[in-house]
Amino acid sequence: MSTSQNQMLVRLFSVQQEDLLAQWLAELTTSGARRDDLMNESELRQQTKELLGLLQQGATAGGGDNVRSNEWSNVRNALNEMSRSRARQGFTPVQTATFVLALKRALFQRLRANNTGDAQKLGEEIWQLSEFIDQLALFTTEAYQKGREELILRQQEEMLELSTPVVKLWDGVLALPLVGTLDSARTQVVMESLLQRIVDTGAEMAIIDITGVPTVDTLVAQHLLKTVTAARLMGADCIISGIRPQIAQTIVHLGVDLQGVLSKASLADAFMIALKRTGYTVSKSRP
Amino acid sequence: MERIPVLQMGRLLLVTIQVDMHDRLALTLQDDLTARITETSARGVLIDISSLEVVDSFIGRMLANIAAMSRVLDAQTVVVGMRPAVAITLVELGMSLPGVKMALNVEKGMTLLQASLSADPRVDAGSDVSARTEE
Repeated sequence: MSTSQNQMLVRLFSVQQEDLLAQWLAELTTSGARRDDLMNESELRQQTKELLGLLQQGATAGGGDNVRSNEWSNVRNALNEMSRSRARQGFTPVQTATFVLALKRALFQRLRANNTGDAQKLGEEIWQLSEFIDQLALFTTEAYQKGREELILRQQEEMLELSTPVVKLWDGVLALPLVGTLDSARTQVVMESLLQRIVDTGAEMAIIDITGVPTVDTLVAQHLLKTVTAARLMGADCIISGIRPQIAQTIVHLGVDLQGVLSKASLADAFMIALKRTGYTVSKSRP
Repeated sequence: MERIPVLQMGRLLLVTIQVDMHDRLALTLQDDLTARITETSARGVLIDISSLEVVDSFIGRMLANIAAMSRVLDAQTVVVGMRPAVAITLVELGMSLPGVKMALNVEKGMTLLQASLSADPRVDAGSDVSARTEE
């Protein structure tokens, strides 16, 4: 990056900022990157102003055309923050990238005004500037993507916590209604919460209900057996319930050996067994 | 040398592991316990591992071995107080300790031991002390 190129950036961002801002906002409006339903005008104005100020600072500090350099770190942080918040607010990736790309037209107009009569220099400068803005836009898209990924990850974690409740059915009887597929990460959470509840309640029986588990393959069966074994090591007997007819067929076809684990077709049956084993009897008081 | 105490309660033996087990300690316990079972002709062994925070495959195997040895000497073993983290570790190590009776705490373990001893026609576990005085 030569100093002349840097000077070009300084000149572009420093002179008549108000004009530049107005053009940028206008371009944002025409390109459809503005979402007044998600972000009001004053907030947008605030963001553009902040970014432009930072761009000027970066150029003055001699940042050059490499947006990964130290001088542009403030710009990167601001862009990062803006695109992440846009990802959360529901902007599309195109709208987020256009937020930066809309600056191009206004800047090109300036270049043209500065270089009347020198077509070769104009061409060069436009190319350099275009590359610079594109880098910023790519960075924005990357940050947007990261923001979305974080969102998905957080939702996954929340789902994991929501989907593994351990409920107490009776003194000494716990139930674990499983909903959704059992993978190793979920098995870990299920196991931990079940064992912790066994310690807390002193339960001797635990019923694992798999009515909500869509498919049982060898891996899921292995995970179930692990949970049963861990509960046994804590002194609690496990019953697997809610085995649907198709699942029973699959288990046999796959040759999965449930290793003497007690299994029942319905949760009610399993509960009866659990009550019997803990010494309770259920009787009907009216005919 | 550090040793894990083996306490006698009637015809039961009580082992409380209060320190982190290392391999030598585990082997000493094996020796001590088998010796005590023969000495006292104990019918049941209760091992409390509620203070045990770290297990490896060796300790897991040792627990299984102790249970098997006690069975050979005609004493039933119940392991009590396993922590959740320890249970998960053992399962992940592939050690399900088959044939070892487990219970949540000492009280439940004692009940389990008494129940299985009284179910056994050869002993009257309910009256160990009186049985001894009668002899």
